[in-house]
Amino acid sequence: MTHPIIRLSGLDKFYGEFQALSQINLDIETGEFFSLLGPSGCGKTTLLRAIAGFETLSSGSLHIDGNSMEGVPANIRPTNMVFQSYAIFPHMSVAENIAYGLKARKLPKAEINASVAEAINMVGLEGFDDRASHALSGGQRQRVALARALVLKPRVLLLDEPLSALDKKLREQMQSELRRLQRAVGITFVLVTHDQEEALTMSDRIAVMFDGKIEQVASPQILYGKPSTRKVASFIGLMNFLDAKVLASSGKNVEVEVQSLGKLTLTLDQATGGLDGCNSVGVRPEMLTILMGSQTSEREVEAEVTEVSYYGDMTYYDVKLPSKQDPITVTMRNTAGREVLEVGAKARIGWSTSSLLLLK
Amino acid sequence: MMRKGRFFKWFIGFFLVFLYAPAVLLPVFAFNASSIVSFPLSGFTIEWFLVLFDTETLHVAARNSLLIAVITSVFSTLLAVLAARASTRFSFFGRRSIMGFVMLPMVLPEIIIGVSLLVVIIQMGFELSLWSIIMGHILICTPFCIAILSSAFMNLDKSLEEASFDLGQTRWNTFWLVIFPLVMPGIVASLLIAFTISLDEFIIAFFLAGTEPTLPVYIWGQLRFPAKLPSLMALGTVLLIISIGLLLIADYFRRRGIRKTGIENTGGFL
Repeated sequence: MTHPIIRLSGLDKFYGEFQALSQINLDIETGEFFSLLGPSGCGKTTLLRAIAGFETLSSGSLHIDGNSMEGVPANIRPTNMVFQSYAIFPHMSVAENIAYGLKARKLPKAEINASVAEAINMVGLEGFDDRASHALSGGQRQRVALARALVLKPRVLLLDEPLSALDKKLREQMQSELRRLQRAVGITFVLVTHDQEEALTMSDRIAVMFDGKIEQVASPQILYGKPSTRKVASFIGLMNFLDAKVLASSGKNVEVEVQSLGKLTLTLDQATGGLDGCNSVGVRPEMLTILMGSQTSEREVEAEVTEVSYYGDMTYYDVKLPSKQDPITVTMRNTAGREVLEVGAKARIGWSTSSLLLLK
Repeated sequence: MMRKGRFFKWFIGFFLVFLYAPAVLLPVFAFNASSIVSFPLSGFTIEWFLVLFDTETLHVAARNSLLIAVITSVFSTLLAVLAARASTRFSFFGRRSIMGFVMLPMVLPEIIIGVSLLVVIIQMGFELSLWSIIMGHILICTPFCIAILSSAFMNLDKSLEEASFDLGQTRWNTFWLVIFPLVMPGIVASLLIAFTISLDEFIIAFFLAGTEPTLPVYIWGQLRFPAKLPSLMALGTVLLIISIGLLLIADYFRRRGIRKTGIENTGGFL
């Protein structure tokens, strides 16, 4: 019987009057790549630091590997952290940095040297052993920070926005490298990020946080395809919202009146967060099509193009529906034979009832 | 534009002359073979330096000053490390006002500190000794040390400490392995500043010296005798060389510290 490597229950954190975390209940499974995603100030870093042992809990409990962490200081917890600033010791070389934690454990010198060499290999820093740490690039510092933590073989590796200081290209490269590294070592990774793309590409599961609360915990596919609230849906990717009113529900079917689209019958599982309080319908821009010529679709609605953004492979259209103030977005792949419409053009928008989500 | 540039060049030129010309006169008259300190110069001699070697009371005063300066710099720096660490890392009730009170002696006239300490020490029934001067000097040196060390501690990334702790090290070892080496240049600078302040401090030492004078108090006493003036010039020359030497050493350590931590060099003493 496997148990979750991290179990948080009823966790609260107050700074004076301000509640940074409220009633966090979360299980993180052994060996998974888990992300805490949310806008800045949502409490994700506080939560990570609470797991690491840098923040005390106001109430609730935290178990790592089945053991309560109450009163256990950070230097004894089976977790290690990669800091946002990397926190590489500036007065030590690369090898000394990586050996730091092993020395704290008072291991024999030969064993330390072997482990350090292995860790340097693992992150691809061969030949940099004696390099002073201030002579390293951002990506290299990141690797040193990773090696320094992983060499201790922690049960959980905590990563606090580790890629935010890198430029776009390096960030993408490090994303896949982090993923590869996680699979290779099999250690549970808990990553904090505000970048939804980063979370989607790297994680097995993601917890989306707002205002100190966890809004939804799910795999990237479910989070994108079946967000449980309007908040989550608008934070992850683009989502168009239309006002909706639930008229009646019977069995698996739900009658709704949707702005611009009229009266529809949806199924109960399209209300991903439950039927109570649903007041809008969401649809992803790529689920809509601009119909050309004689093309037809399950459903159609007339619209007017108000804005065109051309991205080469894709074109983003803002289109105005008949009875809706704000335009909605439609993305189209620029395949052969598809012409790019101009602002002011009339467009027929094709859509299907199954691509709609009923949200609150 | 041109005129403005020239004006500032002249301004700086005059400024440097007025600042350093008196100091240059010191060695000039120290080597002058006349017991009267005035131009024209009358020849070269090292007689006045030899006099220094033979003056027993001067040696005692110099020893007193050195002892006071060393003890003062060590204690002020120690106190300042604790204060700087506390004020930059922890927030506690009344932190600002406490730090304000600690820094107050920096702006308080020394004569007030001297008189009030004298009254307190006499009232408490203590004898005036080197220790009373040391106490006074620690009081005025500590704020300077705190100012230097606060910036050293402030520049320290807090996550370095956390990283060390996170990697399994104890708080005590974290201090010695991470914090201490990184603030070392600040500590050296603090020691040297406190040392120099204590070494040439006159007013407090004058009030609190019992029967054992410090170097500045000794020099003050000797100024009454015109015949002693050339040898005081020689003494001043020696002190000047020591001060410049200390400054060079302090800057060397500062630069080494900067190289080690890889922070941009933002100027310094020299």
